[in-house]
Amino acid sequence: MKTTRVIIVAVGGQGNLLASKVLGEAALLADVPVRMSEIHGMAQRGGVVESAMVFGDAQSSIISNGEADVLVGFEPSESLRALNKCNAKTLVITNLSPLMPFTVNIGNGVYPDLDRLQELIREKTAKLIAFNASALAKEAGSIMAVNMVLLGALIQTGTLPLSADHVKEVIRTKTKKAFTTINLKAFDLGFSAARQHA
Amino acid sequence: MHKLLTDRAGEKMLLLGNEAIARGAVEAGVAFTSTYPGTPSSEISLNFFQMSQESDLYFQYSTNEKVALEVAAAAANAGLRSMAVMKHVGMNVAADALMTLAYVGVKAGMVVLTADDPYMFSSQNEQDNRFYGKLSGLPVLEPSTVEEAKALVPYAFELSEKLKEPVILRTTTRINHSTAVVTLDSIPPRVTKGTFKKDPFNLVTVPAVSRKLHAKLLEHIKEAKALSETSPLNFIEGEGAWGIVCNGVSFAYVKDAIKDLDVAEKTKVLRIGFSHPMPEALIQQFLKNCQKVLIVEEGEPYMEEAVKAFAQQDGNTVEIRGKGEGLFSRLYEFDPQTVRECIAAYFGIPYTKPVPVDVSDVPEVPARPPTLCAGCSHRATYHAVKKAVEGMDTIYPTDIGCYTLGVLPPLSMADFLLCMGSSTGTAGGFSKATDQKVISFIGDSTFFHSGIPGLINAIFNNHDLTLVILDNGTTAMTGHQPHPGVDMSRLHLEGYGRLSIENVVKGLGVPFVTKIKPYKVKKSIEAIREAVQFKGVSVVISEEMCVLYAKSLGLAKGKPFRVTDKCKNHRECLSIACPAFFIWDGKVNIDPDLCTGCAVCAQICPENAILPVKKP
Repeated sequence: MKTTRVIIVAVGGQGNLLASKVLGEAALLADVPVRMSEIHGMAQRGGVVESAMVFGDAQSSIISNGEADVLVGFEPSESLRALNKCNAKTLVITNLSPLMPFTVNIGNGVYPDLDRLQELIREKTAKLIAFNASALAKEAGSIMAVNMVLLGALIQTGTLPLSADHVKEVIRTKTKKAFTTINLKAFDLGFSAARQHA
Repeated sequence: MHKLLTDRAGEKMLLLGNEAIARGAVEAGVAFTSTYPGTPSSEISLNFFQMSQESDLYFQYSTNEKVALEVAAAAANAGLRSMAVMKHVGMNVAADALMTLAYVGVKAGMVVLTADDPYMFSSQNEQDNRFYGKLSGLPVLEPSTVEEAKALVPYAFELSEKLKEPVILRTTTRINHSTAVVTLDSIPPRVTKGTFKKDPFNLVTVPAVSRKLHAKLLEHIKEAKALSETSPLNFIEGEGAWGIVCNGVSFAYVKDAIKDLDVAEKTKVLRIGFSHPMPEALIQQFLKNCQKVLIVEEGEPYMEEAVKAFAQQDGNTVEIRGKGEGLFSRLYEFDPQTVRECIAAYFGIPYTKPVPVDVSDVPEVPARPPTLCAGCSHRATYHAVKKAVEGMDTIYPTDIGCYTLGVLPPLSMADFLLCMGSSTGTAGGFSKATDQKVISFIGDSTFFHSGIPGLINAIFNNHDLTLVILDNGTTAMTGHQPHPGVDMSRLHLEGYGRLSIENVVKGLGVPFVTKIKPYKVKKSIEAIREAVQFKGVSVVISEEMCVLYAKSLGLAKGKPFRVTDKCKNHRECLSIACPAFFIWDGKVNIDPDLCTGCAVCAQICPENAILPVKKP
């Protein structure tokens, strides 16, 4: 089976690890080989969380620079930071709602201009799908569902050997019951958004 | 029911490496488990802890790794399968016990898990613990995948019982924190009660006994070597003339590289999973007919040195390389690309590197360093100490925990750190060697772990220092594990004791002890000033629960604050680097969603401009 490498980057607390767990469980359900890895040094203390997911026939669970087929960023500046994981053929999906790093908040550092950020990613990679996933998460019922919005967008692109049904089945059975409705709605909103912004 | 207690053999489950290891232990019938938490091993213990709540598995959070190893060693000598779990540097703490446990051996299987951390994602060094196998004489096993991590645990227990020695299971972060699909095996019943049979002339390591035991250990090493020679964990794949010897996670990168470079016809791979003792004859056999050999291992050239020595013994002059210029580094973690590139370079395989996008014109993305949480009590304590010692020439020895993040400006409250507990010992040294004022910091869990001996030393040797114990009621950094000072009833757990840090410190005879509530800024500054002025050993216990922990227990009651119009933009509030603050339109603001209402900033503001958010 073809190997597809996906990097997901987020800020601690954005639900990156749950998102990759859902994809991993969906792969198990669909009988797709999957290996994943997480880097979350001190995520609870405001750091960056990176997940690598390798679908298909490969043994490695991490992804070298320039070797991601897909980059999903839950936060725009983090998508930009992770650009070294991409190559000219990479598909990038990013949330456009910033979470200001503390360094910027107190005046040490400048947050990248969002238009320029999209231009740069568009120039350097095969395709960029960018939209305000946080707004859609709120529309679905909780900002916490931003991870599900981006999963919806990722699945819509058809780059993974996983169907929306597989992922939704996992959302129904493996995420917290109290959030199932919100999560499913968020997934659908992200799915439609990717189609619109493609 | 805990998912790792699922008794359905054949079922497939998506598991984190650490979950797979915990499951492997359960499938091996482990009865007695212990740990001191440390990343990247922490989730193994967390799962043991959770499973012990709903089964007859015994688990304890021990005071430190040495104690964790000792309780497990005793259990194994009373006939229970036992496992002690620690991070790589924890093994240093346990090493004193481990070295002689190798002489004494075990009656039932015992596994010591050490989780190495190449690249130091969350550690102070990246030492290679395979050398503990050589140093102690104990067998070392290393998994290459998450699936194998589970399978290796029962193998390790059986090996331990065959040799009557504990077995070291060595992982790296990349195994602990990877996830894959694992097939479950069945769970055997546990033997949870043993009997200790007296045998002092084999178990009490006085010199005359140890002389005999060392000879016995050498016999066991010989036996282990024979097992390593034929172990299924040391295997050869392929038949080419290019030889690759690898271990651990590198095996996955090597396999992918051989496929990507399309050289399967030309290469053969020796995967070493039983890495102490190394399989000498197997390696010598493997080297025969090789044109060139490459050793792929993260960390130190542990296998490389052995393979070269075995080749020399055998009179084989084949070229063998591993670490060195143009090849592999002793630094950090490997990745698929590095391994692919080194294999291509060494064997002269044509290869075009992937081209990452050019990021030279991408503006610098502002850093997102981990910071102390909004409302963290450590920030409040650091502010109070700073104010109390204004104008003094100070040294701040620090310790291992969240509070080490105080090293970052603008707090800049950490000057020296070696290891767990080093704050108390090094403080004594600095106080004697200099005329600077020494104020050292240690967390509550670290204090119990290994801070106490340094404090005793300071009292006995009459050092002049102030020790600030940052008591936030939990082991925060690794995920809120309990320690001997924790109120376990808050977690609805019964049957535990509880030690008061104040009683311990007073019991040791510290002449000046004071307690502060760090959110009370003025009072705290005054108390610290008094402690710092005291000639001799003084201890300040700063008591305030970790905000994250308080939140998880439903005890967080603070209401958010806001910056009012009275603000004159002095920005003194920013000196404490609370992430709830942000500047908007040239003015300081507080994010009400992040603010926990600790009110430290409100007490710092010279204009009293920071007030609680009005209720709507």
